[in-house]
Amino acid sequence: MHSRVSEREDPATQGAPDGVLAAVRWAIARDLSIAFRSRTELGVTLTFYVIVVTLFPLSIAPERSLLAAIGPGVIWVAALLASLLSLSRLFAADCADGTLEQIAMSPFPLPALVSGKIAAHWLSTGLPVVLVAPLTGLQYGLDAQSLTVLVASLLIGTPVLSLIGAIGAALTLGVRGGGGLLALLVLPLQVPVLIFGAGAVDAAQAGLSASANLSLLGAALALAVVAAPFAAASAVRVALD
Amino acid sequence: MAQQGRASPDGAPYNALRVMMACKRPSNRSMLEADHLAAHRGSTTLFQDLTFGVEAGRALVVTGPNGAGKTTLLRIVAGLTAPSGGTLRFQGSVVQPFDAMLRAQVLFAAHTVALSDELTAEENVEAQVKLAGSAVTRDAVRKALDMLGLGAQRTLPVRVLSSGQRRRVALARLRLVKRRLWVLDEPFTALDAAASAALAASIRSHLHDGGAALVATHQPLNLEPGLLQALAVGSAH
Repeated sequence: MHSRVSEREDPATQGAPDGVLAAVRWAIARDLSIAFRSRTELGVTLTFYVIVVTLFPLSIAPERSLLAAIGPGVIWVAALLASLLSLSRLFAADCADGTLEQIAMSPFPLPALVSGKIAAHWLSTGLPVVLVAPLTGLQYGLDAQSLTVLVASLLIGTPVLSLIGAIGAALTLGVRGGGGLLALLVLPLQVPVLIFGAGAVDAAQAGLSASANLSLLGAALALAVVAAPFAAASAVRVALD
Repeated sequence: MAQQGRASPDGAPYNALRVMMACKRPSNRSMLEADHLAAHRGSTTLFQDLTFGVEAGRALVVTGPNGAGKTTLLRIVAGLTAPSGGTLRFQGSVVQPFDAMLRAQVLFAAHTVALSDELTAEENVEAQVKLAGSAVTRDAVRKALDMLGLGAQRTLPVRVLSSGQRRRVALARLRLVKRRLWVLDEPFTALDAAASAALAASIRSHLHDGGAALVATHQPLNLEPGLLQALAVGSAH
């Protein structure tokens, strides 16, 4: 369960590539161990996603063309809300027990440690949603081509949700009722992801190429991977001050 | 330069803090030198003009009433908080919060234990030590926990441990991470007599190895007086 970081000994080598990788591995290993120990929390996110997606066919007329039309949007909104549900815990538990101070004081680069935490968050909450998405897509009568594009768009897009969300989670650390504020901060920033993600599936349904939307999602992912860990790390430092 | 004798928020003349030093002014061989440090919480002055040094092989015992700013001072020294005035030097060079040198050389044990409830005692210690950039084997972790009398609890989730046991788990890090300066905030809280003695022994051997320590405590530190320096934080009555 624990990664081997034993090859590095001298903290003075921090900033070196192996320091960055060791930091990312440390954070992923620790956070995933914790996530698997508290399986209820894992299950809550996934169950929440499945329930939200299922509410729509139950509550509106089960008309095949209507469901197919709203399907991509509903699935993407549900994925976004499920991601948001677990985001407030990303730094809050570590902040409460003092681990976040130790993380900020580590000789490892803080953005690398934060990247690892974000990766673990996506692996434990985003990836399960991506994996069950084809099943939930069937409820909306999406065809095989659309389901493939749906999975591809979620695979590229949900990491962006975690990355952007991490900035909000760090900014709202220590704020009373931070969960609501987190949603207000993060949701507007995640709207482009939602538009491109649902747009890709819409295009596939219309028989058009989804590559433009997927490329834009990929660009958003590339930008977020580079920028978000640094922004979140700065916000963590401010929160600790 | 911090302003001396300025008025406090309630209008009364601000009574500068008593800074009692068992040793001389900071010398060149001080590992840590604080020069006219000041800290504010909102509009309240916690302390100002705090000047002290910590030499290698010495422990500076920080005492003061609740709310005097002991924890804030320790967080400033650990590089987690910026002072509102003054400078901090570590091994001769001025350091800013989150300075790479502080992160590589300072061990900070806050009053929170920094343990995850879900992980076992040994997983927690291993994670802490690796986070500090030190290599560690599971055997070394076990040995450290055994020496703290936690041999039977090491595979239990920290969630089920008592608060004294948690503190002992948190202190295992002191034996496994190499740092020149230890910054310990109320390390004796919830410890029984045996664990307190073991902690004092850890601090003594750290000082003998040329390390230094900054310890905020309400309890007397059971070490040879020659190893101790004293710093009282808090307004004079």
